[in-house]
Amino acid sequence: METRVLQIRKGILNKNDEIARKLRERLQACGLLTINLVSSPGSGKTAFLQRTLRTLREEGKTAAALVGDLATDNDARRLAEAGMPVKQINTDGRCHLEAQMISDHLADWDLASFEYLFIENVGNLVCPSSYDLGEDVRVVLLSVTEGEDKPLKYPNIFNSADIAVITKMDLAEACEFDLEAARANIQSVRPGMQILTTSAKTGAGMSEWLACLSQQKQARCAVV
Amino acid sequence: MHELSIAYSLVDLASQSAIEAGATRVNSVHVRLGALAGVVRGALEFSYEIACAGTLLEGSTLVVKELPVRVYCAACDMEVELPSVQRFCCPRCDTPSGDLRQGRELDIEAIEIDVPGDVKGEEHGNTGATDSQGDSEQK
Repeated sequence: METRVLQIRKGILNKNDEIARKLRERLQACGLLTINLVSSPGSGKTAFLQRTLRTLREEGKTAAALVGDLATDNDARRLAEAGMPVKQINTDGRCHLEAQMISDHLADWDLASFEYLFIENVGNLVCPSSYDLGEDVRVVLLSVTEGEDKPLKYPNIFNSADIAVITKMDLAEACEFDLEAARANIQSVRPGMQILTTSAKTGAGMSEWLACLSQQKQARCAVV
Repeated sequence: MHELSIAYSLVDLASQSAIEAGATRVNSVHVRLGALAGVVRGALEFSYEIACAGTLLEGSTLVVKELPVRVYCAACDMEVELPSVQRFCCPRCDTPSGDLRQGRELDIEAIEIDVPGDVKGEEHGNTGATDSQGDSEQK
């Protein structure tokens, strides 16, 4: 018997990363911009996405959404009201989505007919940060009811995101939300990150958000 | 708490490499864990033992090397280590920097294995970049 050291030097999540890489190629080849929405539970991801889909539809744009939850299809039903194709992914208790789940749920969609694909991740600010879903843009949501210091408590997910969206701005005054403190905390864990402020209820900030998506899409298409 | 599913991925990857190398047992697994990997060391160590049960890795030791966050500071023109993941500013000159150079690692670096004396293989494993793919993973 001989003992020896075998060099491996591979990412532990390399299986997921590889599926995500292929998925990204496939989605980009269809001309889609894929957006992964992450946040804690109750920060308003579904309402934000509902408003986004509705507004896109009014503008004559096409989009589809996948929504991840531990159980129930409540969110998919809510989102379907916006009149865009929506599918629920039940993770059966798992705390995050993985690239394979995304791939599996795209099977019967004609991807080339959509301009945007939204993925609403499971409400969780920890686990989804480790899993690449093949997205082009990762958007982290922070609601005014959660407190300004959330980015400092969950630096991993804020650092891994490309854009931060502050939601429920219609409640900001009632919550005595300090927007400047929240901005400073986001910038502290992710210098230079674009920050948008929105309210899915009043529609405030939604046009800036859609303009931002459109910019991302153009920038991506310029690269690809 | 996704450390258990990460531990299963880790054990799968290590077992596969060990089997390909003709190993009869894995003594230890060396992992690099970045401060921004989103993985809690204690939870990974706890999950590791569960994930190893019934595999070549049963009874093996998990050796975790923790890596701090390093960013490139343009003002200092050098890579610096951040004392805190809450503040992405150069500890020398206080200039903000999001130019991450280290901290997201979640890799298996190496495994220590027992191989029967008559198994003479060339060096297995991938000596390339950490995100490179093994052939066995390709479909």
